[in-house]
Amino acid sequence: MTTLPQSTTTKLGLVIDMDTCVGCQACVTACKGWNDQGYGAPLSDQDPYGANPSGTFLNRVHSYQITPEDAAPIIVNLPRSCLHCEDAPCVTVCPTGASYKRAEDGIVLVNEDACIGCGLCAWACPYGAREMDADAGVMKKCTLCVDRIYNENLPEIDREPACVRACPTGARHFGDFADPDSKVSLLSAERGGIALMPELGTRPVNLYLPPRPKDMMTASPLAPLLDIRASGFAGWLDKILGKIG
Amino acid sequence: MNQPRIDLSPPVSDEIRKTTCYMCACRCGINVHLKSGPDGKDRVSYIEGNRDHPVNKGVICAKGASGIMQVTAPSRLGTPLRRVGPRGSGAFEPISWDEALALAVSWMKPLRETAPEKFAFFTGRDQSQSFTGWWAQQFGTPNYAAHGGFCSVNMAAGGIYTLGGAFWEFGQPDWERTKLFVMFGVAEDHDSNPIKIGLGKLKARGARVIGVNPIRTGYNAVADDWYGITPGTDGLMVLSLINCLFQAGKIDLEYLARYTNAPLLINETEGPEKGLILKNAETQPFVIDKRTGQPAPWDGQGVQPDLGAVYQGHRTVFQHMAMRYLAPEYAPEAVAERCGIPAERIHALASELARVAFDESIEIDQPWTDFRGDRHEKMTGRPVSFHAMRGISAHSNGFQTARALHLLQIVLGTVEVPGGYRFKPPYPKPVEAHPTPHFVTVPGKPLSGPHLGYVRGPEQLALLPDGSPARIDKAFSWENPFSAHGMMHMVIPNAHAGDPYRIDTLFLYMANMAWNSSMNTGAVMAMLTEKGPDGEYLIPRIIYSDAYASEMVAYADLILPDTTYLERHDCISLLDRPISEPGAAGDSIRWPVVEPDRPGQEGVRGFQSVLLDLGVRLGLPGMTKEDGSAKFKDYADYIVNHIRRPGVGPLIGFRGAEGNKEGRGEANPDQMQAYIDNGGFYQAHVPQEALFYKPWNKAYQDWAVATSFYESPQPYLFNIWSEPMRRFQLAAEGHGAIQPPDHLRARLKLAMDPLPIWTPPSGDLEAKGWGYPVHALTQRPMDMYHSWGTQNAWLRQIRGMNFLYLPTKIWQEHGFEEGDYARVISPNGGITVPVAHMAALNENTVWTWNAIGKRKGAWGLDEGASEAKEGFLLNHLISELLPERGDGQRWSNSDPVTGQAAWFDLRVRLEKVGKRSQSEPQFPALKLVVPKGRARS
Repeated sequence: MTTLPQSTTTKLGLVIDMDTCVGCQACVTACKGWNDQGYGAPLSDQDPYGANPSGTFLNRVHSYQITPEDAAPIIVNLPRSCLHCEDAPCVTVCPTGASYKRAEDGIVLVNEDACIGCGLCAWACPYGAREMDADAGVMKKCTLCVDRIYNENLPEIDREPACVRACPTGARHFGDFADPDSKVSLLSAERGGIALMPELGTRPVNLYLPPRPKDMMTASPLAPLLDIRASGFAGWLDKILGKIG
Repeated sequence: MNQPRIDLSPPVSDEIRKTTCYMCACRCGINVHLKSGPDGKDRVSYIEGNRDHPVNKGVICAKGASGIMQVTAPSRLGTPLRRVGPRGSGAFEPISWDEALALAVSWMKPLRETAPEKFAFFTGRDQSQSFTGWWAQQFGTPNYAAHGGFCSVNMAAGGIYTLGGAFWEFGQPDWERTKLFVMFGVAEDHDSNPIKIGLGKLKARGARVIGVNPIRTGYNAVADDWYGITPGTDGLMVLSLINCLFQAGKIDLEYLARYTNAPLLINETEGPEKGLILKNAETQPFVIDKRTGQPAPWDGQGVQPDLGAVYQGHRTVFQHMAMRYLAPEYAPEAVAERCGIPAERIHALASELARVAFDESIEIDQPWTDFRGDRHEKMTGRPVSFHAMRGISAHSNGFQTARALHLLQIVLGTVEVPGGYRFKPPYPKPVEAHPTPHFVTVPGKPLSGPHLGYVRGPEQLALLPDGSPARIDKAFSWENPFSAHGMMHMVIPNAHAGDPYRIDTLFLYMANMAWNSSMNTGAVMAMLTEKGPDGEYLIPRIIYSDAYASEMVAYADLILPDTTYLERHDCISLLDRPISEPGAAGDSIRWPVVEPDRPGQEGVRGFQSVLLDLGVRLGLPGMTKEDGSAKFKDYADYIVNHIRRPGVGPLIGFRGAEGNKEGRGEANPDQMQAYIDNGGFYQAHVPQEALFYKPWNKAYQDWAVATSFYESPQPYLFNIWSEPMRRFQLAAEGHGAIQPPDHLRARLKLAMDPLPIWTPPSGDLEAKGWGYPVHALTQRPMDMYHSWGTQNAWLRQIRGMNFLYLPTKIWQEHGFEEGDYARVISPNGGITVPVAHMAALNENTVWTWNAIGKRKGAWGLDEGASEAKEGFLLNHLISELLPERGDGQRWSNSDPVTGQAAWFDLRVRLEKVGKRSQSEPQFPALKLVVPKGRARS
């Protein structure tokens, strides 16, 4: 079994705005593109041009349909990747110490050299955030682009996860949840950021901003200029043209 | 605890090359990272958005980020091919480029010398149309167009005829200032990243977004409010909103009086001038000046046009508008049922539009001077904006619907004002600043001008002396006078029928006409393979250029293989479809960031360079020197050195010998490198004083002339009343020398109404009593574009098959269960397809994702691929002709004004068929023209 750090002074993670996410999948393939040539083994694809293509993705977008009793149905898009939990069950379950949570920033990573591909961590993760790479035989997961965010070969502005840099609607935000003044902390406070399945006690670092309430405009304070049936068209014309000085 | 040491600063790549994406039509800037492979060759390692680029500002979409799988796709063609088996079988032999070009020339040259119209050239992807059009013009055929006729010409033409610009490339919301944004019929494709960026900005500042769309996915899913309208009724709801605004007096009278033709007078005298704008002795339109009550020039300084004037019995356009739109037939209560939207919801939307436009107006401290010479101290804005796309334009009433939506923007005073909708240079550009169609052929000679344009009256129709259509697609004929983009979807049916005449060689570029780009796909395949009594194919020769093994490849006689987008030069030009922003004109290039590499094969060439080569072999003027040699080495050379008008070429940046001239200037041999060094694009910024009110703003007009968009200032009034349309009505009423055929008179009178109206889509007429109660639509997903996406190893894992989505009412009515298939029947035939339930959907509408379905054997995919097995096209249900209705005519399934293909008029009925394992129809597998894809390269 592997131990978690007591606590981390920095808690890097994402806040994802479900009010803004249109489900475009940009973060999915931007993540695949970066991580296919980034940290650890490539993200392989099996039978990519065949009948049953499958491959490793560290981030997938799911769409859910919600049908409220008293309002129009809505669709909510939920991008899902590792939440970098403070009490990460995927780490404590790891028999080799390959899964670990970084003490300095809280990122949950897999040391592929030590990973034996047993898959216990994927079973332990309640969020389905880990995928076994079928070619490499090691467990893959979101690294929060650990090879980007500190990378001195990248311009400073690009030192953020590939998914955040790609997101066309700006629905994904990256930062330090341990800093109450960070953008992610402020956004979560302002918009009521929520953790997924908090009852499990995993204490996810990543948070989601819930969709703003949708309404159905029905009130119409527009008053008619006058009763056209009574005044006729000429009356309407006089009245409206009287409005310009 | 022992944490492993990891390298936090690994090298990212050897080099970054900046070019322009081509995974859809957005034309975002991309950084292509390259790493040296084991063989020393550069390999693409990663693609990200270019932060400096005006279109995408660093972001990228799912397709763009998967470009690496497009450049390495096994479906890439690698060699020219000559057909050796029957057409459609896919049997080809590889040939050399010299053989291929010589064969093409042997077909084309005799046609140019004897009957240029027998050569037809149509391009699916149309982003180099200022070049391809120019090439076709030099050839001398009248038969050239790009794909706009089956895409969104209604949107473009409706906008040009009304505002001098439209949505998307022509203009966009003022994302920084708008407070209320309403989308009509916007799926998730046009345009992609800029709308997503814009929506993100609105969401970040809590601005309100409203979606009007039968389907609530994507952008409509994040809208704060959703109007799940019945397809084809958007125009009716828009006119109802206008009714509400007129009723309440919530219209911008000052704006209407100053910037539109609302104060012009309509000739009421019976005769050939009736309904035209009243002109003075100098044939100029005029207004009645409120200060004097007397006629005054429409553009005179200090003139205060009177909207309510009556002059010698002639009334203003404004009075005609009021009479029409105050009519009870447009009241919300009268349209609610038809639109599928409760009346109170229409009232509420009108109320919200009025509140934001008039009670939350904004001001910018920026003085400006209008075309009348009147100075304004501030720029006043009405922060309501709109966007609309194919959902409203791909209907047979789409032209008038687009006009209606522009009218709504105009009466709210929101066009070209802060917070509203803003033009992107070179727009605004009124109808008068556009060319008219050119079509007169002289064997061996070029055409006298561009093929496509904006018709102002019957005398500009493309008709032969006997009155028959001059073009194979019948564009600019009485059947569809304003077909400004041509009608690519009619080319194959007309050529097959020999109507209006037979052609010999059809040359297509990146147009999957044997599959998802045609209505009635199965029938089109038959047309392409049918032979006449002489044993010759009815369309004798087909040349096709594509980069991939698409379904269309099998139906050509000669294949000219194109490069992928990272291996080519391209020019995104102000002369055709630029990448401007409201505050800056912009253009860009592509350049070969990797060299085309097809080991062991003849190799591929950029299509435009091949066209130039063909042009020289044919001796076409403009591209051939007097000694017969090539004027341009290749397309890159053309981009830099072609001069369209004195000082004006394809690119506006880095012109002149010193490379420091903008807009106008002699060719600069180093221009291409200057673009590459600048990240692949150039922007010419609009001066501060010229940023709004562009059609009327003196500073803008002067800047536009200096930057080469036109030769003299072109201030104009918005055409609420369309005189060109009225001229066609007059012809239909019997006035004028050029007369329509009698059977088209009634239709022209109705369709060419000079004020926006709503008429039911022709598909609705057909559905009446015929038992097709359900609307059927397609939309393109954000992660797939046309057919180019599903071959992509990553994208097809996201969306490898499509379902027909059914609303709850239909799902329950038929007792559908998960895993079921349905038989979907239209007047044109039936398909059997997998279904899924979706609640967030108009209750009488079903829909599916566009162009996921593939033909077996195409695109380098396995025959068992889900795209080919379960995936499907709705195209089989849609005919290019409507069924006969007892009048002896089979009317075309398109807008009677523009010829826009009415894809979304489709009506169907459904039957449950239970569990199946594959969709129907299935066609025989195509013979592979590329090796079947296996592992990722």
